[in-house]
Amino acid sequence: MLQGLREALGMLWGGDAELWGIIARSLLVSLTAVALAAAVGVPLGAAVGLRRFRGRTLLRRVLRTFMGLPPVVVGLIVYLTLSRSGPLGPLDLLFTPTAMIIAQFLLALPIVAALAAGTVEGIDEQVREAALTLGATARQAEYKVLAEARRGLVTAVAAAYGRVAAEVGAVMLVGGNIRGYTRVMTTAIALETRQGQYGLAIGLGLVLIVISFLVNMIVEAGGEAR
Amino acid sequence: MNHPVAAVDLRKSYNGRLVLAADEFRLAAGQVTALVGPSGAGKTTLLRLAAGLETPDSGELYWFGRPSNAADLAARRRLGFVFQMPRLFSGTVYENLAYGLRLRGLGEGEIRERVERLLQQVGLSEFSAQVARSLSGGEQQRVALARTLITGPEVIFLDEPTANLDPPNVKAIEELVTGYCREQGAAVAWVTHNIFQARRCSQQLVFLAEGRVVEAGPTHRLVQEAAEARTRAFLSGEMIY
Repeated sequence: MLQGLREALGMLWGGDAELWGIIARSLLVSLTAVALAAAVGVPLGAAVGLRRFRGRTLLRRVLRTFMGLPPVVVGLIVYLTLSRSGPLGPLDLLFTPTAMIIAQFLLALPIVAALAAGTVEGIDEQVREAALTLGATARQAEYKVLAEARRGLVTAVAAAYGRVAAEVGAVMLVGGNIRGYTRVMTTAIALETRQGQYGLAIGLGLVLIVISFLVNMIVEAGGEAR
Repeated sequence: MNHPVAAVDLRKSYNGRLVLAADEFRLAAGQVTALVGPSGAGKTTLLRLAAGLETPDSGELYWFGRPSNAADLAARRRLGFVFQMPRLFSGTVYENLAYGLRLRGLGEGEIRERVERLLQQVGLSEFSAQVARSLSGGEQQRVALARTLITGPEVIFLDEPTANLDPPNVKAIEELVTGYCREQGAAVAWVTHNIFQARRCSQQLVFLAEGRVVEAGPTHRLVQEAAEARTRAFLSGEMIY
């Protein structure tokens, strides 16, 4: 095991093209998916948290339920949708990084939206009323609620990243773990383990954890900047 | 007398239970009107309705002689409200005070000047750059009051702002409010549980019980010769609930 770890570190230090390619691809897929999920999920969660509309309770319940979707089920749905006989088959996206981004986006979206909604709701009335009594328009008061909720919103995005960066089921199904093309860290770890390369698998696992730590650090720094 | 806020027949129910039925309610410019009464009397409900934070089921409410309208930003900006909890925003004391002025489109130079001047008036200058929520409860409430006063409201609604505060901070807040009321000619509606505070600070008094205005009039007169037995009992410090 130690030998494998040493091997992994050696490859990292030595600038092993394949290993660095896997790391870069993992980051590209997961960060793109989470960025898209944040772009859709934060406004969606904010709307659920701030506005009163028909179906709001149902939507919130659906989002919370989908927070716990098994990645492999999402993978299966995306797989069937993108497969040759599926509705989006002609796009020829199956076994591409794009398919992996779609699957991770679907996993991340309910997490971002549900956590954002919870955060916004938690501080809504207190802050909104204070802002209104200080002369804010309804829109300015909502903006103030979001500004006050920014830490929670950042946590929502970070939680979503943690979830997609760690999942293997969906990307394995829709990406196919093709070497040099759709192989990411989690699928590489699964493969190395199956082949008995435990050390390398652990080494990759450590790299994955370190990257998650760094991403969280950057995200948090962004949330506390103001 | 000039009444910036006046209401007639305000009714409010929650979940089918009538919590307020106020036949008449008025605030006079340049005077503090204390809203007193036992818990659950409808004091806070009346205050929130009058301030436009809640909508009555029925009744008429006038701000500055015109029917109230929550969408009337110009009228709303002549009102201020201080809650029981300070409800300060994240950021510094300065940022909290600057918020209302930014909403009104003032330039940063003028904002700085006004904030510094007001902080000096209320004795909070040293806290300007501190994170507002890191202050003590009493200091936070003074910041909340300053945040409202800086917008120059003509009517101030206070919802038990000194509940749970220590005497020096209570005194500071009472002096700030009564001073502002006197100097600016503002109308103040002050919900309080503390009958002594009402006697110290108010010129007008409204006694509520079970969702109704039992009696209203000049504080000194009600204290001496309230018509209603319940009002007399409450004002003399008896337990009414």
